[in-house]
Amino acid sequence: MITKRIIPCLDVKDGRVVKGVNFAGLRDVNSPVELAKYYSDNGADELVFYDIAASAAERALFTDILTETAKEVFIPLTVGGGINSLSDFERVLACGADKVSVNTGAIKNPDLIYAAARKYGSQCVVLSADIKRVDGVFRVFAKGGRENTGIEALEWLRRAEQNGAGEIVVNSIDTDGVKQGFDLEMLEQVCNTVNVPVIASGGAGCVQDFVTLFQSVPGVDAGLAASVFHFGEIKIPSLKQSLHEQGIIVRL
Amino acid sequence: MTTIIDYGVGNLFSLACSLEKIGEQTELTSDAEKIMKAERIILPGVGAFEDAARKLKESGLDRVLCEKAATGTPILGICLGMQMLFDKSFEFGEHQGLGLIPGNIKPIAPVIGDLKAPQMGWNSLIFPTDKPKHPIFKYVNPGEYVYFVHSYAAMDCDASVTALTEYSALLTAAACHGNVCGTQFHPEKSGNVGLAILRAFTEIPTTQP
Repeated sequence: MITKRIIPCLDVKDGRVVKGVNFAGLRDVNSPVELAKYYSDNGADELVFYDIAASAAERALFTDILTETAKEVFIPLTVGGGINSLSDFERVLACGADKVSVNTGAIKNPDLIYAAARKYGSQCVVLSADIKRVDGVFRVFAKGGRENTGIEALEWLRRAEQNGAGEIVVNSIDTDGVKQGFDLEMLEQVCNTVNVPVIASGGAGCVQDFVTLFQSVPGVDAGLAASVFHFGEIKIPSLKQSLHEQGIIVRL
Repeated sequence: MTTIIDYGVGNLFSLACSLEKIGEQTELTSDAEKIMKAERIILPGVGAFEDAARKLKESGLDRVLCEKAATGTPILGICLGMQMLFDKSFEFGEHQGLGLIPGNIKPIAPVIGDLKAPQMGWNSLIFPTDKPKHPIFKYVNPGEYVYFVHSYAAMDCDASVTALTEYSALLTAAACHGNVCGTQFHPEKSGNVGLAILRAFTEIPTTQP
């Protein structure tokens, strides 16, 4: 049977891995290539590289690091951050990315998902959405969660699926960085809305949060986290062992 | 040396890197002469069948691959590259494949119940008990996991199946016909299990002097 996936996310800035808490206060954690190898050897099912470069020079550094990583790591690599056009897809795919995740780029240019899916196939196009409750309604936020676009989130995801997004990352701003568990209510609603794989992000603090995620929302395909993995608060092999013991199918 | 067919479909970087990782020399080419001299061949591919089949045909590589297959050279198709080896695909219409492995490519949606299509992620390999394990699985145990991304799969091909995977239904994970074989999953994205499959492929004796 297909397994639930565990995905560490590596936020990369200046060639280093960082993790923001509620998207602010970045901390330097480790070398992306080393971390990627470590995760690949220790049970990660996939890796996300998130580029938070602010300049062209940093962007070039990011693609160098991506290339170096792709030479050493033979599990699926998703790249996100700064993807605004088909040429951005091209740039990271040429460096060894398997999937490309779009967020603000798809908000600015709603045709991007459709065009990319046509050109590279849906399997390659991931929509990542930062979602937050505003007056009881799920809204899509742009620019790293700083700007409320006013777009209703479930409708946004439904349209993305129609346009060819092959996978959806749901990042709950409400639970991100708080380490009190995933946003089960939001994820449930997303899984009832779309029929492509859904990756849960934001809120993992302990092993039990992943167990609860997969047991409470069976439609979720994967759990994504960053700092709890980078700081060793959760070790992926023991996380997967716990999931296995709870009857959740994982790749051991 | 393994020759990777470069016909403008998909990203060959990871595949080339994974072969390098196991110490295999690679050559990326669309040159018919080079392909005819190849010791062994990998046909990669992602995306839509029709588009990929057209690219192979327009470049004349469809005939080259069929000629080469007839000489006994080991050929491995990966994902869409595997699907191209079959007779026909029913992805958005009906399209001719290379006809090197008997069987057809059909959507998985009608057979997988309420599971999601595409199947995206890690699933385990089941080897048919009524035939010997195919040489590419020499280093792989039943139940080991490999990475799949696909909405279509090879069907009507029981005699050619070398590995299955369970996704509500049993789906073709790998198939072969003589010296031509294919994997629906991506060995170059399947960690150490995938590298072991590629290594085993490079160890299959070649007929090319």
